[in-house]
Amino acid sequence: MTMLDVKSLNVWFGTGRDRVDAVKGANFTVGQGESFGLVGESGSGKSTILRAITSLAPNWSGIIQVDGTPVVSPRPKAFFKTVQMVFQDPYASLHPRHSVDQVLGETLHLHGFREIDARVVKLLDDVGLGQKFRFRYPHQLSGGQRQRVAIARALAPEPKLLLLDEPTSALDVSVQAEILNLLADLRQEHNLTYLMVSHDLSVVGHMCDQLAVMKDGEIVEIMSVAALRKMEATHPYSQHLLHASV
Amino acid sequence: MMEQLLDIENLWVKFPTRQGIFDAVRGVSFTLGRERLGIVGESGSGKSMTGRAILRLIRPPGIVEADYIKLEGTNLLDKTEKEMRAVRGQQISMVMQDPKFSLNPVMTIGNQIIEAYRLHSKASKSEAYAKSLEMLEAVSIRNPKRVMRAYPHEMSGGMGQRIMIAMMLIPNPKILIADEPTSALDVSVQRQVLDIMDRLVNERGMGLIFISHDLNLVADFCDRVLIMYAGRIVEVCQADRLHEAQHPYTRGLLNSLPRFDAPKPRLEVLQRDPAWSEAPSVSGRT
Repeated sequence: MTMLDVKSLNVWFGTGRDRVDAVKGANFTVGQGESFGLVGESGSGKSTILRAITSLAPNWSGIIQVDGTPVVSPRPKAFFKTVQMVFQDPYASLHPRHSVDQVLGETLHLHGFREIDARVVKLLDDVGLGQKFRFRYPHQLSGGQRQRVAIARALAPEPKLLLLDEPTSALDVSVQAEILNLLADLRQEHNLTYLMVSHDLSVVGHMCDQLAVMKDGEIVEIMSVAALRKMEATHPYSQHLLHASV
Repeated sequence: MMEQLLDIENLWVKFPTRQGIFDAVRGVSFTLGRERLGIVGESGSGKSMTGRAILRLIRPPGIVEADYIKLEGTNLLDKTEKEMRAVRGQQISMVMQDPKFSLNPVMTIGNQIIEAYRLHSKASKSEAYAKSLEMLEAVSIRNPKRVMRAYPHEMSGGMGQRIMIAMMLIPNPKILIADEPTSALDVSVQRQVLDIMDRLVNERGMGLIFISHDLNLVADFCDRVLIMYAGRIVEVCQADRLHEAQHPYTRGLLNSLPRFDAPKPRLEVLQRDPAWSEAPSVSGRT
């Protein structure tokens, strides 16, 4: 079954002379329970695809289908119960004056859950933080702990599809290993589908089954990680990327 | 024995806090010859503080203490603030992580480089202009004349970083301290910037201190590596033998990296041992 289907997606910013085409005719599908990676250098449009899916980039054309339903603007509430996003910088994505309890409680409340108290406890356990972090503020947490809170917040509405925008690139390698393990566990437990953006080919290689290589707003190649590992990349840019990271 | 440019003995960096004194760097000793010395560690391990302490760039209430920090035999700790200004830039230069925050946004790049150069030498404007052009060419910037007229926001990250390097190298310093110079850059651009630094260091016989959190990069690029943990040096090794490192912390860091060529279902998580931060600092002298 297909969880995410993107057909001839164009995303642009600005108008007239200032128009920048950030994504040009992107096509890919992600099956239920799969993990799909988008790699490329900065400015290649990989994050923009995620932002177009969640309507953070408003100017787009093409078809985006999530779990069989085409997305419309503005996104209905049900969309955000299916799709959630984790951002790159855990220092910027949490409100500095909201405690962890407030962050998670508010998300749960907005999605109409009951027994919020018990659910907050469950979420914190799920991401390996535990009770003692519940009433802390972001400045009392390390980068890795903050990213765990951001992941807990994304998990709160019990989504099916998680969009991960460079979830570990602001973290130390030792903390990166913890977060990547956590994401792998959560995917198995909750039967999640991941769409992950990273500039680090070895991170995508570790987390994903399939990947798309992007350059200048276009997807130049889609292949399985296994094929890439066997050096079966055909496009010169993917080969270049491969050589830079092995 | 190799000629020593820099010799540091028992360096401490302390910050008084409400909970008592916090030691960011705890008794670090090392020397630097005409080589590429890498300092690696996690955030908070004190690697950047070490780099800044050498130039006495730690602002009060932070305190720098050391038995000595010798630059070719003269102790930098004895110098006055005014004398230090002649050291910074001319003898020891520093390249910071993010060019966006290090360049002046309202001055053209040309004027900034010329200013930096003329501050340290008595060159005329036209000489400084010619020298700046030459330096921009040396860091592989195409069309340097246009870049001289441009403002920093018109530059990409990689170009900005190369401009910073050009600016730092014009006074021909003996030592370059590079604090995460490529972390804000893409993999492909990273390589270019490193190649340029490498070439310049070789050609001019400079000493380079390369501070980074990226183990593979350091293993690739440097001659010798100091591994720091909690303000101390826990291990010193030859960069090309970093992958044979012995200390459990270094091993842990290496093992926690996902490897593209050797996939495994779960990554190893670093188990920290309190004894690592208690053990005395390893000497980085040669």
